[in-house]
Amino acid sequence: MSNVLVVVEIGDGKLRAHSLPGITAGAQLAAALGGELHLLVLGAAPQAAAEGIAAAGYGAKTVHVGAHAELEPFTAEAWADAIVAAARSLGVAAIGGTATSTLRDALPRAAAVLDAPLAPEVTAIKGPRVFGREVSAGRAIAEIALEGDVVCFTARASEFAPAQPGAAATVAALAGISAAKRGATVLSIEKTQSARPALTEAKVVVSGGRGMREGANFKVLEELTDLLGGALGASRAATDAGMVPADLQVGQTGKVVAPNLYFAVAISGAIQHLAGMKNSKVIVAINKNGEEPIFQIADYGLVAKWEDTLPRLVELVRARKG
Amino acid sequence: MKILVTVKRIPDPVEPPKFAGGQIDTSSAKWVQNEFDEYAIETALRLAEVGGGTERLAEVVVVSVCPATKREHVTNFLAMGANRAIVVDADDTQLDAQSVAQLIAAVFRKEGADLLVSGKLSQDNESNEVSQRVAGLLDLPQATFAASVVWDRSANALQVAREVEDGVETKRVPLPAVLSVDLRIVLPTSVKNGATPEGHPYPDKPRLASLRGITMAKTKKVDVLKPADLGVSVGAKVVSRGVVAPPKRQAGKIVASVEELVEKLATEAKVL
Ligand SMILES: Cc1cc2nc3c(=O)[nH]c(=O)nc-3n(C[C@H](O)[C@H](O)[C@H](O)COP(=O)(O)OP(=O)(O)OC[C@H]3O[C@@H](n4cnc5c(N)ncnc54)[C@H](O)[C@@H]3O)c2cc1C
Repeated sequence: MSNVLVVVEIGDGKLRAHSLPGITAGAQLAAALGGELHLLVLGAAPQAAAEGIAAAGYGAKTVHVGAHAELEPFTAEAWADAIVAAARSLGVAAIGGTATSTLRDALPRAAAVLDAPLAPEVTAIKGPRVFGREVSAGRAIAEIALEGDVVCFTARASEFAPAQPGAAATVAALAGISAAKRGATVLSIEKTQSARPALTEAKVVVSGGRGMREGANFKVLEELTDLLGGALGASRAATDAGMVPADLQVGQTGKVVAPNLYFAVAISGAIQHLAGMKNSKVIVAINKNGEEPIFQIADYGLVAKWEDTLPRLVELVRARKG
Repeated sequence: MKILVTVKRIPDPVEPPKFAGGQIDTSSAKWVQNEFDEYAIETALRLAEVGGGTERLAEVVVVSVCPATKREHVTNFLAMGANRAIVVDADDTQLDAQSVAQLIAAVFRKEGADLLVSGKLSQDNESNEVSQRVAGLLDLPQATFAASVVWDRSANALQVAREVEDGVETKRVPLPAVLSVDLRIVLPTSVKNGATPEGHPYPDKPRLASLRGITMAKTKKVDVLKPADLGVSVGAKVVSRGVVAPPKRQAGKIVASVEELVEKLATEAKVL
């Protein structure tokens, strides 16, 4: 078989937007393999969500539904069981999806059970089982070929356009799925409350670093963020210090973003940070020290303290937007 | 309680990669331990020790898949405080994640370990898959990307805060289990074992080996095993087709004022 199965995530009964780039990557891979695109929806009772997804199609032939009480809330243990079962019963050539914390957790586990290789965080589909991906904090681009009857991949959201609705897909139930949490329990999920777009989906990202000194000072960055309809980001130094929640971290070990416009305010530009934002279209750096590496990749640099410049920047942007 | 900690040797990530013959050239590289694995050993030691003292609640065993002659990184972890080590003698640069996971899973079984602690990814190839694979192969529960961990000794379970897409998930896993650690696991209060007093002054990074630790490391036991000793036949289904440097981004211009910045963003870059 040469079909590709993309595992998608649902929330509030709908497809989560961050799954869309993974569908695009899956469609590209299906085209390279000469097979069909199939989607997999997992949950306790995901039938209605699957029907909604099938109505939009997204280029898929069929939306497969894996229903089992143990699949909610998400655990890697139960999801890997379901992914393995789906891969075996559908006989697909490839399984993947967007590189979110969900698939990063569950897919390698499933791949191990399937004895399948995995191409993680791919940035390009280069051929039937050939992928491009960044390594060494974005300082090298590797091309890897995977061997075997079934291969796995996760796709970096910033590098694939969101899949667009298309012709409706069919819906099929996956029979006889077993799934178990192996004794694990999810006690709570504390979501970072925000009315802003998700970091990886935003057109504008405004990030602050250690030089912001404390969380309260992020207020001026938030004002700029909201004027531009963007998302707030941060360096590791700022998240480690608790100035902002950890899920706002941009970088090698945080979110990888590529917005139209990225502001790095009081961020030095360590390679691990650059790995998460260097593919942004336009980069603005505001830093009091003109020698910092961030200026080597910034399109526009302003050597100044944020205290002296950010309030004025907010004012000017507001005037322009107003 | 026996904790197994993985460590990988990688080319020093501070040095920009060199390229030759369409691959990364590591011939002149300085090899160091993966920083995330330093976080893993720090986590294991904080779980095992009582407030930095000598009493131990668990044995900490380091495992590395590497050429037996190139194990300085293992010695470093022994110097930090691990009890002993196991080296699986193989050229890890020729193995894929599944092979490495099979070897580590075999060591885990052989040792009858209760917990595997690994860094969430290696800084060189950034795969982020070995610990999840080990958990799958051993059919054990897993808690990945841990930002904090509490060892509930009476229930023989871990309570782990995991950094997920849009927040923090708290997951409880019974032992035996697999744990992969993220950056914030090394903050001063991230690891609790119920024995170290609250407020014990841990630093916000992995410990440095003491002089005594460095001396002691030389006397600690290191078992060297071959993959065949573990009944694992290794290989790679992931084949490199070449590695290149990314296109270089041109440095832009320095603007003199906020006014000029806004003007340029609006009229030149057209992003406002
Ligand atoms: C394994 C590993 C993984 C990592 N992953 C990540 C990651 O994913 N993301 C990440 O960001 N980092 C990551 N890091 C950390 C990274 O190496 C840097 O330490 C971090 O990015 C530094 O953050 P910073 O630029 O905010 O702080 P610093 O490097 O301390 O820079 C602060 C900057 O603020 C400027 N400044 C100070 N005061 C002012 C002022 N008043 N006005 C204007 N400018 C001012 C200073 O000139 C300086 O440039 C990782 C590190 C390791 C070892």
